[in-house]
Amino acid sequence: MKDCEKVLIKGNYAIAQAAVNAGCQCYFGYPITPQTEIGEYLSGKMQELGRGYVCAESELAAINMVMGAVSTGVKAMTSSSSCAVALMQEALSYAASDELPVVLVNVMRTGPGLGYIYPAQGDYNQAVYGGGNGDYKVIVLAPSTVQECIDLTYRAFYLAQKYRNPTILLADGLLGQMMEPASFGKYPYPEIDTSAWALSGAKGRDARAIYSCARDEKAQIQHIKDLFKKFEVIKENETSFEEINTEDADIILTAFGSMARNIKAAIKVLRKNGIKAGYFRPITLSPFPSQRINELAKQGKDFIVVEMNMGQMYKDVKYAINGQSDIALVNRPCGEWLSVEEIVDSVKKVMEKNYATSL
Amino acid sequence: MQQVFSIPKSFKEGFKFTFCPGCDHGIAMRLVAEVIDELGIRENIISSTAIGCSVFIYDFLNIDCVEAPHGRALASATGVKRAQPDKVVFTYSGDGDFASIGLAESMNVALRGESITSFMLNNTTYGMTGGQLGPTTTMGQKTTTSPMGRNREYYGYPIKMAEHMALCDGTAFSARVALDSVPHINQAKAAIKRAFEVQLEGLGFGFVEILSSCPTNWHMTPEQAHERIKTEMTEIFPLGIFKDVKNNN
Amino acid sequence: MGKIVIDNNRCKSCYICTTTCPKGLIQKSEKTNRLGDYMVEFNDPNGECIGCAMCAKRCPDVAITEVWK
Repeated sequence: MKDCEKVLIKGNYAIAQAAVNAGCQCYFGYPITPQTEIGEYLSGKMQELGRGYVCAESELAAINMVMGAVSTGVKAMTSSSSCAVALMQEALSYAASDELPVVLVNVMRTGPGLGYIYPAQGDYNQAVYGGGNGDYKVIVLAPSTVQECIDLTYRAFYLAQKYRNPTILLADGLLGQMMEPASFGKYPYPEIDTSAWALSGAKGRDARAIYSCARDEKAQIQHIKDLFKKFEVIKENETSFEEINTEDADIILTAFGSMARNIKAAIKVLRKNGIKAGYFRPITLSPFPSQRINELAKQGKDFIVVEMNMGQMYKDVKYAINGQSDIALVNRPCGEWLSVEEIVDSVKKVMEKNYATSL
Repeated sequence: MQQVFSIPKSFKEGFKFTFCPGCDHGIAMRLVAEVIDELGIRENIISSTAIGCSVFIYDFLNIDCVEAPHGRALASATGVKRAQPDKVVFTYSGDGDFASIGLAESMNVALRGESITSFMLNNTTYGMTGGQLGPTTTMGQKTTTSPMGRNREYYGYPIKMAEHMALCDGTAFSARVALDSVPHINQAKAAIKRAFEVQLEGLGFGFVEILSSCPTNWHMTPEQAHERIKTEMTEIFPLGIFKDVKNNN
Repeated sequence: MGKIVIDNNRCKSCYICTTTCPKGLIQKSEKTNRLGDYMVEFNDPNGECIGCAMCAKRCPDVAITEVWK
């Protein structure tokens, strides 16, 4: 297979092969639908390549194995889904404080609790705001196509190491199970030198300890401030989004992940119906493109947030708009994705009612 | 005159233990440091640290360490070893970390036969939090969460980790030692060394359970605490080598 | 004939060494450390120490930093 050649591939396999291409040295995981193919694929692949692979005893163990592996400077990842990613929140808090470049793929299913294996986008809050203790931030990337599953897996490994920050690829069951043509290309980022901090045995240098326990209050205050300062740099450099037809738009539809596919189609239908609709998709959910949304709102453009949850990203968009224009939510908590027709109908209703359906 | 005892080189310059007076953590860590010196592996070693009094190993030993959340030291060590198979990897935990919250990780590391070495201090209590009932608390023992003593009805039974580890096919070496007397300390050092050697020889998982005192939470003098190890604990937790693949084959 | 070196900065006055020395050459001192605990001292006027290092092996704080024989 040539680098640029297009192949018909499932989202989960695309993520797995992209991890291999990115130079992921170790994969640790525990099965859970709808992402099990990632671990299945990598079990064979990693052994063929002589890289690290463990069928972990739990998701707790899996992400802690990743922490151990990345502490030595290599790229490593785990993948899981919603209720099991909940188990990993403690480790994400540690990894953020330890500044360990953990890569975690969450192929979302339905919650709360066990939920079911219907696709959903209910882990926006879990990913962006985290379930771990303390003040910390992780980088969250949300692909909307199988091609982006590849591109953003590459980017996740790069950003995690570049900023020494845990990074989540937030996909969903629809994307994980969907087949689309995509091309892998080569891993497009430079390799990051980790030798200044990685553990390798204290040979010819002072011993290194990676830990989050600061017994000095001032040091802990400074550490947290430094972590947030670092995230400001990430926000400045790495915030990304996709924008279509926003210049003349009166109303902007916004969604993340695979839900954005249907709003992209919906704005075309709306424009045929004489409604000047635009499209805005955050690619980095954390850092969130608040500034751009704020600019668009300042121009008087209203927003309709479309998502497969009870309005999680909605709050961030509302916060970014900061009262400058109207906002409404079109949503369903899980299951069948909102169709283009449903979205178009909902947008019309919202406009008729003058945004009275807002949360 | 000839010097027959000195501070192990694997300790940090000017280190000072922060444990309570008479705590056996200091003896156990010194033995680990002496063995690291003797095997000449200090510059090639990485430790995954546990939570509890044992966590401060990174303050004392002059080696690379990565912190793991409570109970996850062996998972973290697995990650380190899989990423760096040429490094010597070990964990140093208390019984709470290893045998309670981390039991799944401990058992699975032994079953997978990970090429790592683990030391577990058994002091029959949670030391850092002030002496609560733990997985190794003995029957009848009074702790802050078993004020009437450990009984079957409310608490069940203590775990015998060295025997459990020996039953796992991936374990190459499993022993229980104690730190209450000079002969026992000598045996403990030999076991610690052997647990590292099985890793260096690629034979599998090496494990040593170390019976140690917690005078503060046992409300005893250091001497009384060592007497308890000698008379009471070794009855319940017999000393010995439960598995050594070299001898078994 | 042997000798030991005690680092009173490390010693936490647990007194394990005082009962370990077979010759009773380590005793509780009259002097106190900065915490107010009585320190230990090595007294060997008759040169009885053989450098067995049992005191150092049982010291939980590596406060007996050197043993010579």
